[in-house]
Amino acid sequence: MAVQAIAAARPGAVPSALKEAGLAALVAFVLALPLVGLQTVDSGGGALGIATHFDRVAYGVAAVFLGRLALIFWRGRRQSRPADAPSVMARVSELSARFSLPIAVVGIALAIGLPFMPFASRYVVDLGTTVLIYVMLGWGLNVVVGLAGLLDLGYVAFYAVGAYSFGLLARTFGFGFWEALPLAGAFAASFGIILGFPVLRLRGDYLAIVTLGFGEIIRIVLTNWSNVTGGPNGIGNIPRPTFFGLPFERNAPHGGLTFSKFFGIDFTPDHRVWALYFIILMLALLTNFFTLRIRRLPVGRAWEALREDEVACRALGINATNVKLSAFAIGAMFGGFAGCFFGARQGFISPESFNFIQSAIILAIVVLGGMGSQTGVVLAALVLVCIPELGRDLADFRMLAFGAAMVGIMIWRPRGLLAHRAPTVRLHRRGDPVPAPAGAAP
Amino acid sequence: MAYFLQQLINGLTLGSIYGLIAIGYTMVYGIIGMINFAHGEIYMIGAFVTIISLLVLASAGVTSIPVALVLTLIVTMFFTSAYGWTVERIAYRPLRASHKLAPLISAIGMSIFLQNYVQLLQGARGKPLPPIVTGGFTLMDSGGFSVHLSYLQLFIFLLTVALMAGFSTLIASTPLGRAQRACEQDLGMAALLGVDVDRTISLTFVMGAALAAVAGLMVTLYWGVVDFFIGFLAGVKAFTAAVLGGVGSLPGAMLGGLLIGLIEAFWSGYFSVQYKDVSVFAILVLVLIFRPTGLLGKPEVEKV
Repeated sequence: MAVQAIAAARPGAVPSALKEAGLAALVAFVLALPLVGLQTVDSGGGALGIATHFDRVAYGVAAVFLGRLALIFWRGRRQSRPADAPSVMARVSELSARFSLPIAVVGIALAIGLPFMPFASRYVVDLGTTVLIYVMLGWGLNVVVGLAGLLDLGYVAFYAVGAYSFGLLARTFGFGFWEALPLAGAFAASFGIILGFPVLRLRGDYLAIVTLGFGEIIRIVLTNWSNVTGGPNGIGNIPRPTFFGLPFERNAPHGGLTFSKFFGIDFTPDHRVWALYFIILMLALLTNFFTLRIRRLPVGRAWEALREDEVACRALGINATNVKLSAFAIGAMFGGFAGCFFGARQGFISPESFNFIQSAIILAIVVLGGMGSQTGVVLAALVLVCIPELGRDLADFRMLAFGAAMVGIMIWRPRGLLAHRAPTVRLHRRGDPVPAPAGAAP
Repeated sequence: MAYFLQQLINGLTLGSIYGLIAIGYTMVYGIIGMINFAHGEIYMIGAFVTIISLLVLASAGVTSIPVALVLTLIVTMFFTSAYGWTVERIAYRPLRASHKLAPLISAIGMSIFLQNYVQLLQGARGKPLPPIVTGGFTLMDSGGFSVHLSYLQLFIFLLTVALMAGFSTLIASTPLGRAQRACEQDLGMAALLGVDVDRTISLTFVMGAALAAVAGLMVTLYWGVVDFFIGFLAGVKAFTAAVLGGVGSLPGAMLGGLLIGLIEAFWSGYFSVQYKDVSVFAILVLVLIFRPTGLLGKPEVEKV
């Protein structure tokens, strides 16, 4: 019936739709034939043989044909709607921007309350910690990419610097988490300045590739400089965070008090999971608060102005290099804090954890969330961390789905999930009547 | 001297491969101004199609090596180009009008997708291939160290030179090449003057993918083992080559590729193998600081 409706509305629509779907199926056939249809298998003795799976090709082609037909049909229906009706997500974005304060309050309340929910198993709290690490990294990178408009493909380098600073400080000087935290941030920030100083004069895309290269250099150095970083084996036995010096252990190492003994409660390993959750929540909120406040300072205004028009900024006397450098250093500092926390949470770090995919995920969180939108980062981090988690059963398919989701979300919402950009500065308060310009006709 | 010459030959071989991949980056960047992050995966797919094609031909009873190579070259270029075309159609074309980061994120997603797609279908283990083209010349023999130029290396040089010559002619003196150069200068104006922009961009991706497929074929024959992850590092290095030569310039891409290959070969020959990738990136940073437009790039005037 629906097909008839379309056919009645637009003569020739059905044959052309069939033709289009047929073409898509043909392309799918060409694509699938070599890689899906023919599989290289070990045929013993180290030699390779070929196994054929033409049935899979047939399924794939049929799926593409039907999928394409469905897409054409869906688009046809959407076109019959009035064109100026805003999409659902656009409305959601606008609402989220208008009610950002209530949303923030509810979000923070939910985040604080999460460990006390009835369904909050250890796994859920642990997953929440992972999400919050990415939220914090996303907020940190948002300073660089979202506010200052500098494309950084090597953000994971600062994360690695933070983690290794803590690992090395703990191993060499016996530093604890809280002592190492500010130092890790400072080290990461200085790395940001060292990297940024020569390269920040470059154009956006060159900057992207240089930061990518820097991320790889850090990883290669960490892998190969074995006598300091432990090489591919990494650094183990990193101390866990304590609660004002009270460790979350059953028995304290030197017979001292532990958290559970001090408060007179029964020891469970869950205390540590909870503590980690609250520490990262606090760090993430600190990042967010800092960013929100610094946006109102001259330097924050300069970041956003620079993103919009660099030439105009220079003409107004803003020192572009210094302003960019400050964004880079502050973003790097938050990356370092997050890295330090990561080390404390895992108890073990190795170069494997700091590969390019991590940088890509963090950047994807910022861009998918809607650049510059703090709420968007949370939403995107939830989506991107939970897609692979939900797919744990389909272990092989989860990264496939992750890549496809990145492409899909970008095509669906090119400016990000919550992309409502409101001006940071207004000449007049929202809702005030705009005064008529002098000399205007009554 | 003999050692130096050997490193030179090895470096030029590697450089030819990087250069062919770099052309795909530089053309796409020249026309639509985006880093086609999935290009490295296209090259990886080229390597896999090569290996599959060679195995199928072997089991079909094609014993003549030149025939098998030529057939594989055609098959690989065809199927890999289909991937290049599809990637552009699905992931980039819908985003052409949007802001600059959107296609980049989409490309990174595509890259992750293709890597896992190949891993899932073909397995995660490296695929070994016995050497097909064997033998070579001994150019020099001094002090117990002899310099070899294998037939395979010769094949790679000659094929690269032939492709570059054909390709330069295509860009310089065919209607398609003219359309591409017009699009590179100004997409909107080219469209107004009747150039089919969509078709030109699609063909650019097809051409870039075909060259990457040849690079994939070369690397399969040269190293004798491929896995699903080779695309990432090769892609980054090839992009480095494109930037080094000057993004948007075709001879620049080839020159950059050769330089990157040479730097890598000499660094691993004289300093340390572990840090060869660091050397490539360090050189990139230095070039960008002192000559931000690359070696052969045109200086870009920033307009308000």
